[in-house]
Amino acid sequence: MEYTILILLLPAIMFIFLGLAGHKLKPKIAGIFGTISLGIVTLLSLITAWEYFTSPRVNGVFEKIIPFNIEWLRLGEFLHIDIGILLDPISVMMLVVISLVSFMVHLYSMGYMHGEKGFQRYYAFLSLFTFSMLGLVVATNIFQTYIFWELVGVSSYLLIGFYYTKPSAIAASKKAFIVTRFADLGFLIGILVLSFYGQTFGFIDLMGGNSDLALQGAAQKSFLGIGVLSWALGLMFIGAAGKSAMFPLHIWLPDAMEGPTPVSALIHAATMVVAGVYLVARMFPLYIVYAPGVLEIIACVGAFTALFAAIIACVQTDIKRVLAFSTISQIGFMMVALGVSTSMDAHGGLGYMASMFHLFTHAMFKALLFLGAGSIIHAVHSNEMKDMGGLRKHMPITHITFLIACLAIAGIPPFSGFFSKDEILAAAFKFSPMMGWVMTVIAGITAFYMFRLYYNIFWAKEAKHEHKPHESGFSMTIPLMVLALITCVAGFIPFGHFITANGLVYDIHLETSVALLSVGVAIISILIATIFYRKETQPIPEMLASKFRFIHKSAYKRFYIDEVYQFITHKVIFACISTPIAWFDRHIVDGFMNLMATATQKLSYLIRNFQSGRVQQYAYVFLLGIVVIVGLILLIL
Amino acid sequence: MGVELYLVISTIMLCAGIYGFLIRKNTLAMLISVELILNAADINFAVFNKFLFPNQLEGHFFTLFAIGIVAAETAIAIAIIINIYRNVQSLDVDKIDKMKH
Repeated sequence: MEYTILILLLPAIMFIFLGLAGHKLKPKIAGIFGTISLGIVTLLSLITAWEYFTSPRVNGVFEKIIPFNIEWLRLGEFLHIDIGILLDPISVMMLVVISLVSFMVHLYSMGYMHGEKGFQRYYAFLSLFTFSMLGLVVATNIFQTYIFWELVGVSSYLLIGFYYTKPSAIAASKKAFIVTRFADLGFLIGILVLSFYGQTFGFIDLMGGNSDLALQGAAQKSFLGIGVLSWALGLMFIGAAGKSAMFPLHIWLPDAMEGPTPVSALIHAATMVVAGVYLVARMFPLYIVYAPGVLEIIACVGAFTALFAAIIACVQTDIKRVLAFSTISQIGFMMVALGVSTSMDAHGGLGYMASMFHLFTHAMFKALLFLGAGSIIHAVHSNEMKDMGGLRKHMPITHITFLIACLAIAGIPPFSGFFSKDEILAAAFKFSPMMGWVMTVIAGITAFYMFRLYYNIFWAKEAKHEHKPHESGFSMTIPLMVLALITCVAGFIPFGHFITANGLVYDIHLETSVALLSVGVAIISILIATIFYRKETQPIPEMLASKFRFIHKSAYKRFYIDEVYQFITHKVIFACISTPIAWFDRHIVDGFMNLMATATQKLSYLIRNFQSGRVQQYAYVFLLGIVVIVGLILLIL
Repeated sequence: MGVELYLVISTIMLCAGIYGFLIRKNTLAMLISVELILNAADINFAVFNKFLFPNQLEGHFFTLFAIGIVAAETAIAIAIIINIYRNVQSLDVDKIDKMKH
């Protein structure tokens, strides 16, 4: 399957080509180039998936294949950093998700970004992102993951700051970059600790490979009362939490919505933000064996984030912010699913399968939601709910596809979200009833805020528009329809046949009680949302908002987490640490350098008269020197 | 004629050259003085070759080689002097001190 290297190379070449020669091309041509190359990549990914999942199993498990691998850097006897491609069920699944969503976004952007300044640059960055994300998921070793992890961070930074004349976009891109970089420090330390004890970076070696003995030895060691491997895996989770916007590192994601909407769909909903989930899933065998405590922390952080983000999503008025918080909440679900797994076998590892399943379905319907939101924003030129309302008459395709996505995320059968969320809830109930109930409640809140969004956009009171909103063009509606179609059918994929914790076939069976409960909760939530928000006037929400003004206001302000960060960075870090350091730098370090410069200058003024410019004077000195030297030589000899 | 006579002549040439280089203010005269110094050295080469190693030719060739180099150097020096003259309208070496500190 050597052709898989093309999946990586095509977007990389396209990035270089569009980045260097893009401005010479017509915008449309550049877009077509990017889209076609991504189309080929998507095709190749699908072929790869087909070939991989139809290949015979060995001992009931799909074999891990490394079709391409080169040693890039050797760091000693054991450690070497490779660049390669590792095909296993989750990486193949991710290949399909990323290339498909990316292709849809490329196609969609042809319409959405039409006429924007820097259209070619936009496509170059999209290609860069796709390349990095694909490289991340097919990495053969953890260091390659880290390299591409940083690359997606860079492309995310570039794309959030795409409208670089807008100060808020610049601030948002910086925020995203700094927050995730902060978390990546943990990731890097985790990698170093793990590879120090495991003596390898390679995933295959780390998991049941040659370094098992080394890791078992390391499992005995501990630091500050906690095992070193727990430290390593816990630090890695910090990196994952930064990328996946887990509380308290979630603050960058809502601001990242300053980027163009298709970018939000691709990077900040479907692909990059699930990289953290993917990382935990990738290291899952190690978590299970060496750090079950960390998994419990992951579950708690995930559940809290899911609840926290869901509550905030209920009161936001910017539709992209609602979707951003919903993304955070859904990623929380995936983290919970991973965290509640207790073993590698079919029952304990149910959460692993559920998490990957939800990752897959969520990528599709969340991309659909964002692209739908983009279509709406394109029509009404505003992100605010109050500027929308009653759009169902004007934008039928967007309306239907958006509704499908809302139903999917709310967990209504037969849409895909129902199946994956149901597995997560089942896994949570198995872990502890408490966790199960919490997640069910969050699922209910999810259904509520999604339909609040839906009704406020498509029903409710029609806002006055300068010109009548109209349905978007084909390049924008086709991706919507494709994604809606996938959302309708993806739930019926026998996911347990492809991806499970131990690789063996697992037949998904719906647990009737959990399914009934979740559907019941979802329907009740939707009904409440219908009563609250469908009408033109919305007396109940207004009444509630004024009655619980404090809660409403703090949720609207995102529970002041940003302000807390602002306080810590400005009042504590900048004032107490950075300012003294800056003083030291200005006065001590620079002062020493300035002193040296001044001394040199003074000395130079003293001796400058030697340089008289008179040739004959030089010749005298020269002659005198020769005479002295010759005299000395004669004396010595 | 002994080797000493040649060496006396070349020493006189060398001293005359050095003296001229230090005393004369005209740049062209200084250039001529430099030529004197170089030619004194050339004579020494030829003389030592003739008297000390009569069967070899290295000294003669070195002299020829040095003459070639000197010709090139003179050409460059004169070009520089001409340019200096164009700029300062003088060949007096004491006036050419723009390069000082």
